[in-house]
Amino acid sequence: MKTNDTILQTVTKVLVFVILAFSIFIFFAGHNNPGGGFIGGLITAAAIVLLMLAFDMKTVKKIIPFDYKKIIAVGLIFAVGTGVGSFFFDAPFLTHAHDYFDLWFLGKTHLATALLFDIGVYLVVVAVTLTIIQTIGEDE
Amino acid sequence: MSAIEISKIVIGILILIGALLSVVSSIGLIRLPDLYNRTHAATKSATLGILAILLGAFLFFWIVDGYISARLLLGIAFVFVTAPVGGHLIGRAAYNTKVPLWEKSVQDDLKNKQKQRVEG
Repeated sequence: MKTNDTILQTVTKVLVFVILAFSIFIFFAGHNNPGGGFIGGLITAAAIVLLMLAFDMKTVKKIIPFDYKKIIAVGLIFAVGTGVGSFFFDAPFLTHAHDYFDLWFLGKTHLATALLFDIGVYLVVVAVTLTIIQTIGEDE
Repeated sequence: MSAIEISKIVIGILILIGALLSVVSSIGLIRLPDLYNRTHAATKSATLGILAILLGAFLFFWIVDGYISARLLLGIAFVFVTAPVGGHLIGRAAYNTKVPLWEKSVQDDLKNKQKQRVEG
C-alpha cells in the first residue's frame, strides 16, 4: 500500500540540514567545549538515518553515493596518518602540534593537528553506523 | 528592583509554567481514555512546557550570564517543529493498525476513506 508521507518528508527535508549543521558545530566545538568527532559523527549518521526513514534506502543511496566501507578506510588513514606524521618532526607517535594562524576568512584561528585525528574518528563513526544500519535494512 | 531581579522573576515564572504544563500533560497521559486523546495531551502541552523551560533557560543565560546560547534557540525551533510531527505519525500509525477509538466517540471521518482505499 502506497502511503502518503508528505508531512514526514517535508519536515525531514528541512530538518536534515539543521541536524547536519548542528553535527558540524558539535564537531568543531569539541576542542574547547563538549562535543567532538564521536558525537558529531553519530549526529550526522542520525540525520542520514532520518532520510532513510522518510524516503527509502535506494533514494538515499542515490543522493549520497558513497561506499561507507571505503570511508571507514579513509578515516582510519586520517587517524593513523596524524600519528605517523609526527615521525617527520622527530617526535614520538601521535605527538600533536598546534599554533595560531591568520586565515583570510576567519581571522586569527587556533589550528591543531588533533582536528585531523578527529576528522578520522568522525568519518569512521559515520561510516560504521551507516554500514550497520544499511546492511540490516537491506536484508530481504 | 533592578532589571536583572525583575527578569529573574520572569524567568522563574516561565520555568514554573513549563514544569506545570509538563505535569498537566503527564496527568493527561494517565487520565485520557484512548490513544488519540493521549497523543493530543502528550504532544501539545508537553511541547509548550518544554518550549517555556527552554526559553527560561535561554533568558537566564542571556540576562544573568551574558551568554547567548544559539543551541537553546535551535532546540526551541527543533522541538516546536518535530514534536507535532511525531504525534501525527504515532496517531496515523495507530489508526492504520486499527487501534480502536474511544467507545464514546461519535464520528470517524476516515472510516470510509479506508474502505475506498482497500477497494480501489
